[in-house]
Amino acid sequence: MKWETVIGLEIHAQLATRSKIFSGASTRYGAEPNTQACAVDLGLPGVLPVLNAEVVRMAVKFGLATHSTVAPRSIFARKNYFYPDLPKGYQISQYELPIVHDGYLDIEVDEDTVKRIGITRAHLEEDAGKSLHEDFHGMTGIDLNRAGTPLLEIVSEPDMRSAREAVAYMKKIHSLVRYLGICDGNMQEGSFRCDANVSVRPQGQAALGTRAELKNINSFRFVEQAINYEVERQIAVLEGGGTVIQETRLFDADRHETRPMRSKEEANDYRYFPDPDLLPVEIEPAFIDAVRQTLPELPEVKKQRFMEDYGLSVYDAGVLTATRELGDYFETVVEACGGQGKLAANWVMGDLSGALNKAGLEIGASPVSADVLGGLLRRIEDGTISGKIAKQVFEALWAGAGSADEVIESQGLKQISDSSAIEGIIRDVLANSPKQVEQYRNGQEKVFGYFVGQVMKATQGKANPKQVNELLKKMINDA
Amino acid sequence: MHHKTLVELGAGLRQGEYSSEELTRACLDRAAVLDPQLNSIITLTGEQALQAARDADARIRSGEAGPLTGIPYAHKDIFCTKGVRTSCGSRMLDNFIAPYDATVTRQLNAAGAVMIGKTNMDEFAMGSSNETSFYGPVSNPWDSETVPGGSSGGSAAAVAARLVPVSTGTDTGGSIRQPAALCGITGLKPTYGRVSRYGMIAFASSLDQAGPFARTAEDAALMLGAMAGFDPRDSTSVERTVEDYTGGLGDSLEGLKIGLPNEFFGEGLDSTVAAAVEAALDEYRKLGAIITEISLPNSQLAVPTYYVVAPAECSSNLSRFDGVRFGYRATDPADLEDLYKRSRGEGFGAEVKRRIMIGTYALSAGYYDAYYLKAQQARRLIREDFIRAFEQVDVIMGPTSPSVAFRLGEKSNNPVTMYLSDIYTIAVNLAGLPGMSIPAGFATDMPVGLQLIGNYFEEARLLNAAHRYQQVTDWHERIPPGYE
Amino acid sequence: MALEAEEVEKIAHLARLGIDHDDIPEYARNLSDILAFVEHLNGVDTRGVEPLAHPLDAVQRLRPDEVTETDEREHFLHNATLTEAGLYLVPKVIE
Repeated sequence: MKWETVIGLEIHAQLATRSKIFSGASTRYGAEPNTQACAVDLGLPGVLPVLNAEVVRMAVKFGLATHSTVAPRSIFARKNYFYPDLPKGYQISQYELPIVHDGYLDIEVDEDTVKRIGITRAHLEEDAGKSLHEDFHGMTGIDLNRAGTPLLEIVSEPDMRSAREAVAYMKKIHSLVRYLGICDGNMQEGSFRCDANVSVRPQGQAALGTRAELKNINSFRFVEQAINYEVERQIAVLEGGGTVIQETRLFDADRHETRPMRSKEEANDYRYFPDPDLLPVEIEPAFIDAVRQTLPELPEVKKQRFMEDYGLSVYDAGVLTATRELGDYFETVVEACGGQGKLAANWVMGDLSGALNKAGLEIGASPVSADVLGGLLRRIEDGTISGKIAKQVFEALWAGAGSADEVIESQGLKQISDSSAIEGIIRDVLANSPKQVEQYRNGQEKVFGYFVGQVMKATQGKANPKQVNELLKKMINDA
Repeated sequence: MHHKTLVELGAGLRQGEYSSEELTRACLDRAAVLDPQLNSIITLTGEQALQAARDADARIRSGEAGPLTGIPYAHKDIFCTKGVRTSCGSRMLDNFIAPYDATVTRQLNAAGAVMIGKTNMDEFAMGSSNETSFYGPVSNPWDSETVPGGSSGGSAAAVAARLVPVSTGTDTGGSIRQPAALCGITGLKPTYGRVSRYGMIAFASSLDQAGPFARTAEDAALMLGAMAGFDPRDSTSVERTVEDYTGGLGDSLEGLKIGLPNEFFGEGLDSTVAAAVEAALDEYRKLGAIITEISLPNSQLAVPTYYVVAPAECSSNLSRFDGVRFGYRATDPADLEDLYKRSRGEGFGAEVKRRIMIGTYALSAGYYDAYYLKAQQARRLIREDFIRAFEQVDVIMGPTSPSVAFRLGEKSNNPVTMYLSDIYTIAVNLAGLPGMSIPAGFATDMPVGLQLIGNYFEEARLLNAAHRYQQVTDWHERIPPGYE
Repeated sequence: MALEAEEVEKIAHLARLGIDHDDIPEYARNLSDILAFVEHLNGVDTRGVEPLAHPLDAVQRLRPDEVTETDEREHFLHNATLTEAGLYLVPKVIE
């Protein structure tokens, strides 16, 4: 039987606010345990939540960027369950009326296939604390610093049909929230997390199969591995005559497998109801318009513009708009080199990206600034140096040698384009290579390369290669 | 000194007849002698009180005293008080030293009022007789065999017994008005949102509201003035300036339209209580008020609605008491679930557990619509009744409680009978309106309360109506035998 | 609706309330009485009535995104029975 995979993702993006969603405690990452858990975050008797204005603004931004409806009225509800990292015994979330709903995002499945993924809803909620399982005399330690950190939970439609599509969608959301400046996207620190709902069904069947919810997948690679493992597991169960049970499973990154989560074994009854400590959130059209004014150019729009303005391919434009920082860097390079989009794209995606990858650096930490790289490309463009010499200059720039012009000047790398100078060198080469001249005249044309090599060697690679070719041809035949 | 009202004591302090320290010491001494039989106070805070009194004296000497500066008061043990045990009447919080002050506490401190102790109450404010307290029941000063009402029973008894001139309470379904009625004093529940709930341990968030107990309406007005106000820490607090509640106290009641709901005078109302209320209404007629009958047709829905909404909210509000960060923690738990179940099972009393279970059930899958949603719809019908009524009248009046104080133990085995003792007060909380109870005579030698219900934010009108009545009657000046 | 002992146990578990086995019949009776009482609401026609969650028709006020709280960890930890290294301790949690 042929099986079809059905995947929906629930992405939790921590919103990049200074203070928590319902309290004035700091959201800074990495503080000593419980030093950023205030009375409200600890759920002390008598405390009350007050909503942070910034989280509302950020959720609206996300809604506008995903073609979603921003709800004129949304409600906070309590999700009741007992867990040590949940201090109040309930999580304040949104249930029936989320702040954002019914939107979509387009993903590139391959070079020329675009697929639309529906966004069911995006709602605001508070994050929980952390359980530390190091051994405290056989007990678990609870750190509530993260409790109350604002989260936007982005729920997709079950529109994805493969792990690859799921990863493409997740990357797209990751890029988008960073573009919007609403989430730092740091997956190591847990700022961007994902749960995947995975099911399989016989190809052609309309009804969905029973799904498993995969938790704890904190990298793009793990999402792919976890889904692929889970799909195989479910198919094996079904083909073995068994049934898939609806459950929550934990991805084990070390073993590359999923296993049932013990703490979620029993069916939960969350007893959602409107939080009586919070009132309905009302959003006026004027507020939405004001937020719209602050939206940056979104990745899709930027990509189209790169293709049109700089003549880039779909692929190159996609790569260069993957993050806002990379797009900004690229455009600065283009400007600094005098508008050579393709040349700039080749360098940013080639030598620069290679060097950054090797050094494990992000674009923002590049030792070669966009202006400096642009200055280098300008010298390629105006013929001052060859592409080959440029790589040598780039290495010097990477090592911190100032500007391209300074490197070219101090290392004497300027290209020799003076015909009489090149002619003199060619004359010497021909005079010193009678045997090879003879061979060439006897029809062994590949000896030509030998002459070029000798000229370049004599000029330490600085002779303009095009001129060398032209002059050499003329002079051999004339000689 | 203990016979004096807040207004009289304030004048004496400012005129230097006595210091706040002397006054506070007198209150503490009186409490030490009389409270063992009353049990109205859970924690006496003598040391802090005397320090606060000396600070108040300095303030009085420097001429910066307000009306409450140097006045001793008793604080319901539901308000967080920094550095002082805040038990909420529960074993669960017997060891809880609040690490912060409730907004009401902070405001009373800022006004210079002197807290002498934390008062007894039904556990987590769940009760109408003060019998559910972990610290034992409170006696009604008028008859030690009867209850003072609840949940703010300790605060009401302390004022009735003249231990303090004023105290604080909270009212979720009648917890200020009913004990005020049963103890023969004045109590006011403000409009929902008028007084901050921050630091007031939540029972039912959409119903809870703090207010004062006093012997006179005038004293209650001064207390309310200090307790009320917008609080940015409470999302349900209303951004609205606090009126001068004393300015209009003496206004004439000529032409005041008073509505009497038919539903408050029917079956279930003790005839001797009805007679006292009728007599009080005659006084209002003499004061020039126009009394008409009105109807609140959905009144009979109030108690059942309340007993869905309040338990639902409390079941969630009380989930934070899990033995981990504060409060009672069971010893040697076998595992996490055992820690939760035993800490909560041993830390909470029977009535609290009953309400948590009712609320859990009402919110659970398959029952939400039938119970919780239905109750919220009924709640709207109840509120609409009042909105319509206030298009016709200025104030609604009736009995506060269907009977005078009942005997200790009389209703404690039957929850539903107990719940019905709040039959006239509960609708006011569901609608979020301000309500008062004032002494209006006696029935079988026990005090009867007259309830006054106002439109939203019309506390001043209620206080005015109460004050004028107290100018022509002396019920509020009666002292329980043995407390003269 | 009359609750059976089994349902009382289920609700108590959901609410994480430890209840003595011997007390269950009384809880069942009390809770059933309360439910029978609140079921008076069933007879009320509430078709088309919008549920009322708050007594006032107010909307949520928003707080500026500012850090206003300072570290009070040591102060807060005093109210907990078991702590270590700044953490609150609970019996081992298995995920």
